[in-house]
Amino acid sequence: MALLEIKDLHVKVDDRDILKGLDLAVSSGEVHAIMGPNGSGKSTLAHVLSGKPGYEVVGGEVMYEGADLLELAPDERAARGIFLAFQYPLEIPGVATMTFLRTAINAQRKTRGEPELSTPEFMKRVREHATKLSIDMDLLRRPVNVGFSGGEKKRNEILQMALLEPKLAVLDETDSGLDIDALKVVADGVNRLRSPNRAIIVITHYQRLLEHIVPDVVHVLSRGRIVRTGGRELALELEAKGYAQYQDEAA
Amino acid sequence: MPAVRETVERVRLIDVDQYKYGFETLIESEKAPKGLCEDTVRFISAKKNEPAWLLEWRLGAYRHWLTMREPKWARVDYPAINYQDMYFYAAPKQTVAPKSLDEIDPEILKTYEKLGIPLREQEILAGVVRQPQGDADIGGNGASARTVAVDAVFDSVSVATTFKNELRKAGVVFMPISEAVREHPDLVKKYLGSVVPVSDNFFATLNSAVFSDGSFVYVPPGVRCPMELSTYFRINERNSGQFERTLIIADKGSYVSYLEGCTAPRRDENQLHAAVVELIALDNAEIKYSTVQNWYPGDAEGRGGIFNFVTKRGDCRGHHSKISWTQVETGSAITWKYPSCILRGNHSRGEFYSIAISNGHQQVDSGTKMIHLGRNTVSRIISKGIAAGRSNNTYRGLVSANRRAVGARNFTNCDSLLIGDRCGAHTVPYIESKNPAAIFEHEATTSKISEEMLFYCMQRGLSQEDAVALVVNGFVRDVLQQLPMEFAVEAQKLISISLEGSVG
Repeated sequence: MALLEIKDLHVKVDDRDILKGLDLAVSSGEVHAIMGPNGSGKSTLAHVLSGKPGYEVVGGEVMYEGADLLELAPDERAARGIFLAFQYPLEIPGVATMTFLRTAINAQRKTRGEPELSTPEFMKRVREHATKLSIDMDLLRRPVNVGFSGGEKKRNEILQMALLEPKLAVLDETDSGLDIDALKVVADGVNRLRSPNRAIIVITHYQRLLEHIVPDVVHVLSRGRIVRTGGRELALELEAKGYAQYQDEAA
Repeated sequence: MPAVRETVERVRLIDVDQYKYGFETLIESEKAPKGLCEDTVRFISAKKNEPAWLLEWRLGAYRHWLTMREPKWARVDYPAINYQDMYFYAAPKQTVAPKSLDEIDPEILKTYEKLGIPLREQEILAGVVRQPQGDADIGGNGASARTVAVDAVFDSVSVATTFKNELRKAGVVFMPISEAVREHPDLVKKYLGSVVPVSDNFFATLNSAVFSDGSFVYVPPGVRCPMELSTYFRINERNSGQFERTLIIADKGSYVSYLEGCTAPRRDENQLHAAVVELIALDNAEIKYSTVQNWYPGDAEGRGGIFNFVTKRGDCRGHHSKISWTQVETGSAITWKYPSCILRGNHSRGEFYSIAISNGHQQVDSGTKMIHLGRNTVSRIISKGIAAGRSNNTYRGLVSANRRAVGARNFTNCDSLLIGDRCGAHTVPYIESKNPAAIFEHEATTSKISEEMLFYCMQRGLSQEDAVALVVNGFVRDVLQQLPMEFAVEAQKLISISLEGSVG
């Protein structure tokens, strides 16, 4: 059975139909790319999966580990292993990144009924993952994302993903605003986190991220529906031909 | 429903009845007859066995008070106070003054126990002082268990002061002001009313007429007070006002850190608290004064709660002296309070760090005054206001430089945070410089806890309540760091409690 199964999902935002019958199944160990033009509903999908307020599900279902995902609050989803890497990570003034990481890890552990992580164990994990992502420990003493460069913010997202060890990670336009060097660091970080116990959904507009994070499956999302599914060669085709044909198809 | 809207809904329904200190202690008490007249003043003075000069001083204040009107300029709104329908003096009934804790009514001791105030020295020595739960990254290493001397004021009188002997050895005088009047009359006579004059303002003048007790501290020249001094105020009696008076003198080259805490039972009627605090720092002396104010704020409909009309002022009388106010204000139906510094001595320094939280129907009008008189005087104001529910939170501050205050400098930072859409935050800074060489800087921001920020935290696994607490704690962090370590932890908890129910 798939880890995530979305059937005929219809979602409204401010009374506008955004997702109009989306179907998607993702299993553990797989990396799926969702590509599509602006306004096709890519970010809406990411937000609905993570439980962001303001999205009205008017039809269909989302099953995660065999249970109804839509009933759960965002923090419960997080504790059950759903992680969203934000397109625009938020700044939290006055809260040291390290405090934030630790609060998040322990909050999830608490919800799952696990004991808190000891300070030495926590520090060990942070150091290990931060080094791999070339994140300076000094950066982690600064308030969450405040004054971080675009690349630092995205690496911080991947650091959180590494520490929180999700079962389903959704990367929302993680490549946006990154130069090629930063993109490589982030992509390498994600690739290290590929695992048979983890599914990853990569949402992107461009093909270039998929050169570094090679997907098993590529979907084309247009006007609120998956209009085509294929292998990684589909991404290359999109790069060459653009999205125009799908927009016509969906219309 | 979007998180913020949900928050707002919840705030509408909140019951500030979560106030955890709202219990009442049943003890017999002795009260002055209801109302206020010259006889009330005489009654109080007689109860305290005061010398004639002090009675005259009180009567002078009372007569002046009769000519004054209640100030109306603050952004607060409350029904008229009936001064004739209130008790101005209430004391736990006791035939002889207690010589040790064993002679104090066990009910009172139980009350303090419930409040978590360690009165018994053996308990303190046995390690009742809580260890702060350090965060790996906050970098705190001040976790060494410090001892705290406590003066407990129950309604109108001081019931117990701990660590007297240890302090005496260091030469520090820490006692109820009523005792200081008898034991150190010269000091009291010299300094009482020297910072807040008898005629200063309506509430301070009232306090001068009827003040009952409070703390007195004198730190002799060159002495660094060996422990934190702390006063714990508790209003218990119904229909009574509390008018305490605190006087702290730091003589040349001395240092003292002082903390006050306050709670009151839950009642439907409003109760008046009009205190006066005077601080005097002589040459090279430093006073650090911290307040954790948690008077009963009233219920969800805004019924009851303490009217907190307080005059606090410090006088940096000597050169290179320093006075620092830190306050965490979470309680009271109305707060009207402007802890100020008169920077009289050359090179003196005044600081004001404030966290003011309002929820429910609370109204806060608070801030500071930094009066630069001396040369090269420096002041710093960091104010963090957090408004939730239907509350109103105003920062009102004055920074002024006299003609002689060459080289005066001030930095002010006022940040306001709004939770929900029925509360208000207001900033009213007054800046008056009569000196072209003074440099004043003012920064202010107003922000709302955004839905996006809460969602970001929740997506990482934090509950909505924890997310708000995290964001708020980040917001007030600069000020929390100014509090003595053990109280910073308490204050952090208090902030979370005050905002409980402000989220879904």
